[in-house]
Amino acid sequence: MPSFVIAEKCDGCKGRDKTACQYICPNDLMVLNKDIMKAYNQEAEQCWECYNCVKICPQSAIEIRAYQDFAPMGSSVIPLRGSDSIMWTIKYRNGNLKRFKFPIRTTPEGGIDPYQGIADTDAGDINSDLLCDETGITLSVPGK
Amino acid sequence: MAEQKGSLTSSEVLSNFTIEEVNTDLLIVGGGMAGCGAAFEIKKWAPKDMKITMVEKAAIDRSGAVAQGLSAINTYLGDNKPEDYVKMVSNDLMGITREDLIYDVGRHVDSSVRLFEKLGLPIMKEDEEDTRTLAEGAKPLRAGKWQIMIHGESFKVLVAEAARKALGDENIYERVFIIRLLMDENNPNRVAGAIGFSLREAKIYIYKAKAVMMACGGAVNVFRPRSQAEGMGRTWYALWNAGSTYAMGFEAGAEMTTMENRFVPNRFKDGYGPVGAWFTLFKSRVKNAYGDDYMQKWGEMLKDYAPYGLSQVPATCLWNHVMLKDWHEGNGPFFMDTSGAIKKLYETLPEKRQKSLESDAWEDFLDMTIAQAGLWAAMDIDPKDTNSEVMPTEPYLLGSHAGACGMWVSGPKDISPQEWHWGYNRMTTVSGLFTAGDGVGASGHKFSSGSFTEGRLAGKSAVKFILDDPGFKPTVYADGQALAEEIYRPMIQFETFKNYSTDSSVNPNYISPRLYLYRLNKIMDEYVAGTSNFYRTNGKSLERGLELLNKLKEDSKKLAAGNLHELMRAWENYHRSVVGELHLRHILFREETRYPGFYYRMDHQKLDEVNWKVFVNSKINKSTGEVEVFKKPWVEIVPKN
Ligand SMILES: Cc1cc2nc3c(=O)[nH]c(=O)nc-3n(C[C@H](O)[C@H](O)[C@H](O)COP(=O)(O)OP(=O)(O)OC[C@H]3O[C@@H](n4cnc5c(N)ncnc54)[C@H](O)[C@@H]3O)c2cc1C
Ligand code: SF4
Ligand code: SF4
Repeated sequence: MPSFVIAEKCDGCKGRDKTACQYICPNDLMVLNKDIMKAYNQEAEQCWECYNCVKICPQSAIEIRAYQDFAPMGSSVIPLRGSDSIMWTIKYRNGNLKRFKFPIRTTPEGGIDPYQGIADTDAGDINSDLLCDETGITLSVPGK
Repeated sequence: MAEQKGSLTSSEVLSNFTIEEVNTDLLIVGGGMAGCGAAFEIKKWAPKDMKITMVEKAAIDRSGAVAQGLSAINTYLGDNKPEDYVKMVSNDLMGITREDLIYDVGRHVDSSVRLFEKLGLPIMKEDEEDTRTLAEGAKPLRAGKWQIMIHGESFKVLVAEAARKALGDENIYERVFIIRLLMDENNPNRVAGAIGFSLREAKIYIYKAKAVMMACGGAVNVFRPRSQAEGMGRTWYALWNAGSTYAMGFEAGAEMTTMENRFVPNRFKDGYGPVGAWFTLFKSRVKNAYGDDYMQKWGEMLKDYAPYGLSQVPATCLWNHVMLKDWHEGNGPFFMDTSGAIKKLYETLPEKRQKSLESDAWEDFLDMTIAQAGLWAAMDIDPKDTNSEVMPTEPYLLGSHAGACGMWVSGPKDISPQEWHWGYNRMTTVSGLFTAGDGVGASGHKFSSGSFTEGRLAGKSAVKFILDDPGFKPTVYADGQALAEEIYRPMIQFETFKNYSTDSSVNPNYISPRLYLYRLNKIMDEYVAGTSNFYRTNGKSLERGLELLNKLKEDSKKLAAGNLHELMRAWENYHRSVVGELHLRHILFREETRYPGFYYRMDHQKLDEVNWKVFVNSKINKSTGEVEVFKKPWVEIVPKN
């Protein structure tokens, strides 16, 4: 279902160093119309509906409307992503609502120390088949 | 990297582009699961002065197949033995796999899963109250024998953060699309870098490197998708993976393997939401329109495909095969019996679990196929009341999920037979070119964790490769003007001819990336066993398809692009057409039906274990430009019974 930008809400990310939706879209779909300083999806039929632009927009200006070549109209799925969890609000065509909340990470944003607890590797170990956090283990080989 | 607002037009780019040369030791192309795994591992082994550079067409926080997140890690061995993992993968891929590579993933993968948890990935536990990590001995919540459930919305964000910390932001070039690899002037079989262009600036990049680790994912949209309007964006695998791995590896001279394989997942119709957890966690079944279980009805057919049909879990393609039979008998559409499954589960499950069950079911979608949640809402489907339609999708070419396309690589020295080991684990037949994840052929079922792990293995051996040859300096003949004319050709095409007609989209002098894609999709669909023929083809159709494909590829010289975004589409779709041709040629060569349910050679409908229990490999002959396709013997490493 393609993303769309609510004209009234989008401020073109002015005052920020980059256009958030344009920065994040894995398929390079979001662009800024410089005449009106508002973003739009330039290739709606190439949208995977991954919601990354929706999740990142600081103005909550982006939503998704169902692919009209197979989905009946009227539903919506809206995320609110925080630093450690995400809230989803699902509105059915018939008006029913469902809400879910899931954890997304247990470490603070930007707080990862990838090598914490992993000992320094010995230059000689470059010849072994062990990965950096496998020091000291004996690798199995297929039994006959 | 600096991000600029707006998208530059062809005239803006052509009038003032610059060329930047980046000299590095190790170049990682593609910052997906495998690329990030490589980044993490390499930093631990590389000497301080070794320069590592990553180049990626999107933003690594949300790129590749895991851009949306995942709800499960599909490869975690736990108490299982690597031997059993090999047996499962081998059976699922109809016997023809590189067992050395699979075993190797199996014996390393759990380290990576424990690492994910350390990075901050919430992994569900068998006992909800257990607060320990896997490393501390907790048991994960299993969705199946090999799968574990996660809260994976931010899986890629976490892995990317680790890669950023490892390499440093200044060494990561985002929004740069790589079009092809560069070879060394003094050794035509040694890789020496890659070239590409910025999607945000008028800039060409020439990367020179001593080794390249390339992992640009699998190939989506080679075939005509079932949905033709907006819905064509709703592919099952990540639609931005355009087969660049295979196209660039092949053109660099790497030997390819198992490119005849494909994956045709059976998924919830149109939304392409995952069904795996419905089978394994919720114990649901798929029934035909009349309420019959097609497996019970036609299960006898599996005997034609012994031993792969007779194992406890028959190969995935065979499930499709049996379902298609029922379909052809007129018994569609098919439905996942979600309501029946939930009713049954409620009878046995403790009340506490009943509550979390609904949320688990929705999270399965919301973590990785949000569109499916939207479709259920649009259709007013509550799974406990209403069953949902399932349907096999269009074909996908990939090597890390339940498929096996990719490059032929060297295996680990302590497992691989001599002829499968040429010094460096996961190095292709091109010296200095490494790959992992979807890039490694004949070893599927790695998934997120296995691809990341394989990236680590490849990364470590690439460092060793560089250290072993300290005197090497890449020699690249790079005439900036000629490279610019190659990379920007679609823009030049557009600028030269755009005013010839009054509507720039219809012009006899060029073809738009979009129309090039539609033409490719039509050829693949109609001649190479796409959905419209119910996955059937024969030698004659394939030969005809090849003629048409060759004409299409000739026309690739006339691709036109009006801005940088279209330029990327032009190159992506060119890559897709290279991959399409490889797939076609492999299917043409393999005169049997190895993967019934994924595709049928109607002129060779049987599985032929005597003549075709072999790998089909291919390679470009660089002096003639011809594609050579040939057999490679298969070797058993883990005895099956
Ligand atoms: C819908 C779906 C469901 C899945 N479910 C699961 C699951 O439940 N559990 C599980 O474990 N796994 C799952 N997987 C599989 C898993 O995501 C893949 O196995 C894994 O991501 C493959 O890793 P990779 O590095 O090979 O490719 P990717 O992760 O796709 O990375 C490829 C990278 O290359 C970049 N790139 C591509 N072309 C170029 C180019 N020309 N120049 C520069 N950069 C380029 C892309 O932007 C991307 O970042 C799923 C995948 C999908 C799509
Ligand atoms: S991120 Fe939101 S506010 Fe910023 S440009 Fe995009 S739509 Fe507009
Ligand atoms: S939903 Fe995903 S693919 Fe679609 S525009 Fe947003 S970020 Fe891009």
